[in-house]
Amino acid sequence: MTTKTKRFLALLLRVIALGATVAAIVIMVTSHDSATVLNLTFEAKYSNTPAFRYFVIAEAVAGGYSVLALLLSFNSLFSRLVLMMDVVIAMLLSSSISAALAIAHVGKKGNSHAGWLPICGQVPNFCDKVTGALIAGFIASILYLLLILYSLHSALAPLFALKP
Amino acid sequence: MALQNGGKTEGEHESVPFSKPKGRWLLLTVRIVAFLATASATIVMALNKETKTLVVATIGSTPITLTLTAKFQHTPAFVFFVIANANASFHNLLMILVEICGNKLDYKGLRLVLVAVFDMMAVVLASAGDGAATFMAELGKRGNSHARWNKICDKFDSYCDRGGWALIASYIGLSLLTLISALSMIRLMKPKPANQPTTIP
Repeated sequence: MTTKTKRFLALLLRVIALGATVAAIVIMVTSHDSATVLNLTFEAKYSNTPAFRYFVIAEAVAGGYSVLALLLSFNSLFSRLVLMMDVVIAMLLSSSISAALAIAHVGKKGNSHAGWLPICGQVPNFCDKVTGALIAGFIASILYLLLILYSLHSALAPLFALKP
Repeated sequence: MALQNGGKTEGEHESVPFSKPKGRWLLLTVRIVAFLATASATIVMALNKETKTLVVATIGSTPITLTLTAKFQHTPAFVFFVIANANASFHNLLMILVEICGNKLDYKGLRLVLVAVFDMMAVVLASAGDGAATFMAELGKRGNSHARWNKICDKFDSYCDRGGWALIASYIGLSLLTLISALSMIRLMKPKPANQPTTIP
């Protein structure tokens, strides 16, 4: 694999991850539903739950960092710094998707031991959009994991090439 | 190249970072502390259980009691927290063993690379476990008025306390794991090209 192909592949992974984070943010922020049940109004927004707010913020940080890394990747001086920051951002993305999934699971299935009822029956549009946002966030997290493994491999490839 | 001979014998390849004995002991110490932190988080959360008996009604002179239990298995987020921290502590233990007696087993210099790769994956896994448990604990502590979910920490306070301690230990383990991952990656860097030996033809 030539250097050009390697750099192109890393760039491609980063661009797709950026697209996934942007999609996750957009879908989550536009998720909104309300339902009226027996004079009680359920208004479901992403900002009601701190886990979803953290998800949006983390994806925004990851998306902004992706843009910065795309600009910096053309200069090989920063490659090691970018690799270490990639690990930090992968960590941030994985914790945010995990937190959002935990709260969404409670919303969908409830928790009978704690007396928490599921809310997806009353606000199905909100639940569908949140599911879509979580899928996009999950794709972004997996892509970042692949990216750090690939970056480490391509940074060390000269090492392997010289083996007898 | 200095990394060509695979493994590091002490004092030989001095220009690679963390190959001298002092650097290796530093890495080993940080790994041991991280292992203790993640293992204690696993154990504290796995043994987290609280039972409360409430008197619901009284018929005649016999009270009817209701027993409520709070266990960590009730919440999938905490189950994942225990599993992720157990994996992270097992990873730390394995890496400690590889550091101590691994100089002989090496396969074409891949030992350090594999250690770095596994460290990165352990960081991602541990952070996922922490994130899920943090927000689930926050939900249990404050409830969510919009979704009509009541808080449970006022009734089961020692359960919540122990969960909090497990979370703190896990955060310490996670930050140390990040440090270890950075150090492992620094160790893979090529030495300074001041006086490099001739390259392999």
